[in-house]
Amino acid sequence: MRFDKYEWIAISIMVFLFILVGFIQGWSVSLVILNMCIISAIMTMGVNISWGYAGVINFGVMGFLAMGGLAAVLVSYPPVKEAWHVGGSGLGISFVLLIALVTAVYFITKLIEKKSHKYWLNGSVIFFGLIIIRYFFLNATDRIEEVDPALAGFLGGANLPIIFSWVVGGFFAGGVAFVIGKVALGLRSDYLAIVTLGISEIVVSVLKHEEWLSRGVKNVIGLKRPVPYEINLQVSDWFITMVTWFNSSKLNQIIDPDQKQQILNNLIIDSSSLFVKLNYAILFFTVMIVIYYFANKAQISPWGRMMRAIRDNEVSANAMGKDIVKQHLIIFVIGAAIVGVAGAMLVTLDGLFTPSGYRPLRFTFIIWIMVIVGGSGNNLGAIFGGFVIWFSWIEVAPITTFLINLFTSGLDSQNAIRLHLLDSVPYFRYLLMGMVLLLILRYRPKGIIPEKIRHS
Amino acid sequence: MIDFINAIVVLLNFVIIPGLTYGSQLALGALGVTFVYAILRFANFAHGELMSFGAMITILFTWFFQSQNIGLGILPTALLALPFGILATIVLGLLSDKFVFKYYRTQKSVPVVLAMVSIGVMFVVNAIIRIIVGTEAIKFSDGQKFIMKAKQFKVMTGLNEGLALKSSQVITILITIALLTFTFWFLQKTKTGKSMRAFSDNEDLALLSGINPDRVVFITWLIVGTLACVAGTLYGLDKSYKPIIYLNLVLPIFASAIVGGIGSPFGAVVGGYVIAFSEIMVTYAYKKFFKYLLPENLEPSSLVQLLSTDYKFAVSFTILVIVLLIRPSGIFRGKVL
Repeated sequence: MRFDKYEWIAISIMVFLFILVGFIQGWSVSLVILNMCIISAIMTMGVNISWGYAGVINFGVMGFLAMGGLAAVLVSYPPVKEAWHVGGSGLGISFVLLIALVTAVYFITKLIEKKSHKYWLNGSVIFFGLIIIRYFFLNATDRIEEVDPALAGFLGGANLPIIFSWVVGGFFAGGVAFVIGKVALGLRSDYLAIVTLGISEIVVSVLKHEEWLSRGVKNVIGLKRPVPYEINLQVSDWFITMVTWFNSSKLNQIIDPDQKQQILNNLIIDSSSLFVKLNYAILFFTVMIVIYYFANKAQISPWGRMMRAIRDNEVSANAMGKDIVKQHLIIFVIGAAIVGVAGAMLVTLDGLFTPSGYRPLRFTFIIWIMVIVGGSGNNLGAIFGGFVIWFSWIEVAPITTFLINLFTSGLDSQNAIRLHLLDSVPYFRYLLMGMVLLLILRYRPKGIIPEKIRHS
Repeated sequence: MIDFINAIVVLLNFVIIPGLTYGSQLALGALGVTFVYAILRFANFAHGELMSFGAMITILFTWFFQSQNIGLGILPTALLALPFGILATIVLGLLSDKFVFKYYRTQKSVPVVLAMVSIGVMFVVNAIIRIIVGTEAIKFSDGQKFIMKAKQFKVMTGLNEGLALKSSQVITILITIALLTFTFWFLQKTKTGKSMRAFSDNEDLALLSGINPDRVVFITWLIVGTLACVAGTLYGLDKSYKPIIYLNLVLPIFASAIVGGIGSPFGAVVGGYVIAFSEIMVTYAYKKFFKYLLPENLEPSSLVQLLSTDYKFAVSFTILVIVLLIRPSGIFRGKVL
């Protein structure tokens, strides 16, 4: 991977910004932003793969993130044995019935030739089948939700390390994407945008209200971590030795032993939280680099070339014998799977799963702004977009507060306009995002780091 | 017989009247989306924010009139403030067109790019609204709240079930009828309306026959602004005004426009009612209804609800997906105004 001049500038801007924040607002803040930036960058790469490589629009980002989050819960949470005991058989029966229903519909569609008969038969089979399934299903879920509702009330998970969920999340999101793609990919691009947006809302509302599966709006808290806990770090010898060694020059200047111990304790508490965040950052960074590597490899491979051909001219690619429907589906699923990985990582970082937190403005449109700003079709551009937009999303608030104070400094400190403006500081970030998107689309429509045109 | 009338009243009170009201709001919104789609040729994601903006301006003027003690008696003051809201919404639409959309129109950009641009506009307008009024819910309906209370109806007819009629519901339905009649009359009978239809059908041919495109675009924004502001205000009057709610409203509106056949104004209106009624009918618990209709030993023990109300929102999309699968061009084959 050779970078050109612009790309080096972009990379150094990113590094510089984090160091700047580290010195001004503290390294803890800097790492918190960095972690979210990396996750955003992975989401952006996922969208970029389907949009930038093949021109397949994916407005269902929110839904795929939520599927990844669900994976994190289902993989890492200990199973609720009692819930399985009371509801497992009912769920099993309804699942078997559902499969039977699907097979029945499949065979009816295959075997019966007359169209009107087919519709009626299928309709009635689906209707009565669903009534029967509902009976078993609701019985089971009601019982599951009654099991210790304050703490459990759902089936729980598989009790595996949460890091597995990053892969599982990819599969979950990819599976949902496969179904969506089968249904919707034939549509024109702006219809597809609306449909994927809508289906992602359906996915989230299912997660919100199917309490037996995800605890719904009651949220799942206290998920496991892939990194050590601060409390454990603070009492482990190697960590204390390390902190002492790092700060030895500072500590040596202090003579009073009591004071020295006091300062050392504070340092240990601070650095334990810093250490945890750093661990997360290293894990996330590794994932990002791996995905980046493979995404780039795929882009310059013959497969990537075919994708570009399909994107740029569907008709002629079709004439060359490329199966457009299939390739669109493949790339849609791959992109969604990467978003799903990011979703699982997001929940891992937070340690909790809150289905009601998934909102399209925050989790679909912002990601799209990242893609457009960074440069669609360029993976480094996607990463850069993710970093810059998330960074400004966070840092807009302090900067706006500063600016408002500056511009209204002539006014009285209790002036109504000034107070109102200061109250609405959080909303200025939407203004900035909108302006950035509009300006980029107008003056640099290919993004800050545009796609490289390869003549090979 | 009495039981039968009771059942009908239950249905009227909980399904038909709310469905008509909500459907009217969706229909007005979908009509606006359709106009943008048919003439400016893109899916306008900012339409919800346009509605929200109109409602906000109306609210600001309502507050102003209330502070001046100007009112309409039993009617809500918002009706008096509505023209100002409409004016502001039109100005916002025209400004967004002049500074944003026009460039891409002259560049002949693909529809997806314009949709992205409209997302940018959505963010900006959204921010402006939040900066001005914040995100709290605002109730601004005043005047007489009910035309008929459930109790009055019971006394009047001697039935078991009451029928409540909120004034906001009646106002919504009446205004919608008036506005729709006017819009369709305008499109079918006036010369400008005909030129707009021609423009939407075939742009090049329309230009050749001497139709001024700038004028068509201008008129389009006049209509879109009016429809958006009225729809937004009526929705706020009926429920309560909440800036974030309008973003969620965009999706059912799109669903209505597509289900009816995007580009077809009549389809948009029908789509609005289809979506509204299916949302309400699928999530309504019919227990009470069947209690009156069925003999006592057959009375349902459960709620007789197809889906829990939590899924209200998902219903419109399921319908959208089904329609796109079976009949991709919508109920009324769309594309032309």
